[in-house]
Amino acid sequence: MSAMADTTLRSGEKLRVTRSRRNVAWTGIGAVLIVVILAAFPYYVKSGVLVIMIQGLIVLALASMWNLLAGYAGLVSVGQQAFFGLGAYFLLIPAMHGLSPFAALPIAAIGGGVAGFPLWWLVSRLRTGYFAIATWVMAAAILQLIERFQSIGGGSGLPLPGLVGYNPAVLTADTYWAALAVAVLAMAAVYVLLRSRLGLVLTAIRDDERAARSSGARVGVARLLVFVVAAAGCAAAGGVEAIDQLQVTPVGGGGVFSVQWTAIMAFAVIIGGLGTIEGPIVGTIVYIVLQQTLQSHNAWYLIILGLVAIGIALFARRGLWGLLDEKLNIRLFPVGYYLWTPGQSRRRRRNGSVSAGTDVKAGSAS
Amino acid sequence: MAWVNAVIQGILTGGLYALFACGLSLMFGVMKVVNLAHGDLATVAGYVGVGVIAATNVPFLWSVPIVVAIMAVLGYVLQRSLLQAAISRGELITLIVTFGLSIVIENGLLQFFTANTRGIGTGSSLISASFSIGSQITIAWLDVVIFGLAIVVLLGLQYFLSGSKYGRLIRAVADDREAAQLSGADYRHVFGIAAGVAFATVALAGISYGMTTVIDPTSGTDTILLFAFAAVVIGGLGSLWGTLIGGIVLGVAQQIGAQINISDELLAGYIVFLAVLVIRPQGLTARRSES
Repeated sequence: MSAMADTTLRSGEKLRVTRSRRNVAWTGIGAVLIVVILAAFPYYVKSGVLVIMIQGLIVLALASMWNLLAGYAGLVSVGQQAFFGLGAYFLLIPAMHGLSPFAALPIAAIGGGVAGFPLWWLVSRLRTGYFAIATWVMAAAILQLIERFQSIGGGSGLPLPGLVGYNPAVLTADTYWAALAVAVLAMAAVYVLLRSRLGLVLTAIRDDERAARSSGARVGVARLLVFVVAAAGCAAAGGVEAIDQLQVTPVGGGGVFSVQWTAIMAFAVIIGGLGTIEGPIVGTIVYIVLQQTLQSHNAWYLIILGLVAIGIALFARRGLWGLLDEKLNIRLFPVGYYLWTPGQSRRRRRNGSVSAGTDVKAGSAS
Repeated sequence: MAWVNAVIQGILTGGLYALFACGLSLMFGVMKVVNLAHGDLATVAGYVGVGVIAATNVPFLWSVPIVVAIMAVLGYVLQRSLLQAAISRGELITLIVTFGLSIVIENGLLQFFTANTRGIGTGSSLISASFSIGSQITIAWLDVVIFGLAIVVLLGLQYFLSGSKYGRLIRAVADDREAAQLSGADYRHVFGIAAGVAFATVALAGISYGMTTVIDPTSGTDTILLFAFAAVVIGGLGSLWGTLIGGIVLGVAQQIGAQINISDELLAGYIVFLAVLVIRPQGLTARRSES
């Protein structure tokens, strides 16, 4: 699990670099265990709970993707609903031609990723705020384009074919498993990407883009890769949403191209912890709790979510998980590096503190 | 003749889009803030206008300075509190905070005023009056008035920035914040003034939009922010008169699109925007290159 490197100082002392201050094998096992438990849920819990869990898993997948974009690559996109919506339509179209919606889910993900390439080419020239609004315009333009095609429902959408006659309980369970698979794959993709060379490049860009560029880091390629992965992930989530709703509506309440999807994923990330892998999980839980408590009060949950996100962005920029991390130094999914000074070891000293050593956090673009 | 008509209507609409855009452009030019809540604040101004007229029964023309004053004060206060706090924490936080503000305002309006559309009644015959050129071109006086208002606002902004004491302070702070600070200018106060001026234009944009058509909670982002941004990009980032040129290009593209097929209106505008982004990312009027 933990990549190690030995570096010898001039004095002959040895420096060690590991991924984490603690042994992380147990978190790996824990993560697998949690996924197994979650996968067994349909056999134990009521379908009402499953329905809420499906929404939560969709938001978790979206939040992981937005975290990768904004938290690690500094790309604040407010147009991710473009890919969410495209994913729903990339699932709808094969389903209309007789393919099972579940089998069409990979097509939706790949389609979203492929669409990411030309769209990246359009928006990549802009930075920060202008990039943000350009992605928003991009989403609006794609919506206008989709609405032109009457054969896929035009401006009012279509019910999703191919699931008629499905046993409702089985359908809910299958949808749940699909949502779980998408969420787990999204989180795993972020984790693997950040531990790969790309994670290093992104950290270098965060610290100093010009320096990274002149040291040969392929800044453009790194950002492109992040954008395309996020596009594919959001499209997969959009596909699951289409299956969950049994229909695809482009605009209006619950419309797949509504900017509220981006608001939800962004708020979940900011509340949970921007630039931390664990943040989206915490943020999604906060979102679901708020949404369930306030669901009878229409738009209030989004207003409160937005106000909380603004407050956290201003006063605790690494979110709830960041606060926890500062206090306890937990990192379930280490993507940074830890430098051990000679003589240090993983075992805690008797008198308590783990003592000096340099924590090199990955990601979190500022 | 229908095409000539489309071009004329497009040019006139461009004035409205320039009104949308100049506040966004000003705030970016001075504070380097891209205010994602820009459109929603214009919608708020529209609702304030409706409210002022309903509550006080003042004639429409009297309500305009009231709304402008309210929005200008709101701009100063918002800049000194929330926006300044966000700016001092970096671009990423500023974007997140203004995006949050946008969503909160939009859903707040939805919650308190429902999704019903509202219009600003001028109480005069001007809103529906028009004159004709030839047999096929009919021009609404309202569009002409708004176009004229846009020109007056842009001239006023130009005079304010180049001629007045505060304008010079704003330009000094925008150029080099530290140097201005050393010379005794409190940049936070200057930012507040700039935001107040920008919000005053936002108020005019919101009222004008409410007069030409109807407003609802989503018009802030769906229309005003996106059109304002398209106008800014087409015209050239940071250029004041560029917003008018950008607005006109956008308006003409939309009207020509509508002429081809009524449902192509918005799409045509976005296509021109994306084309400019690809072919000439520095905008049509940019004097210097991007860096």
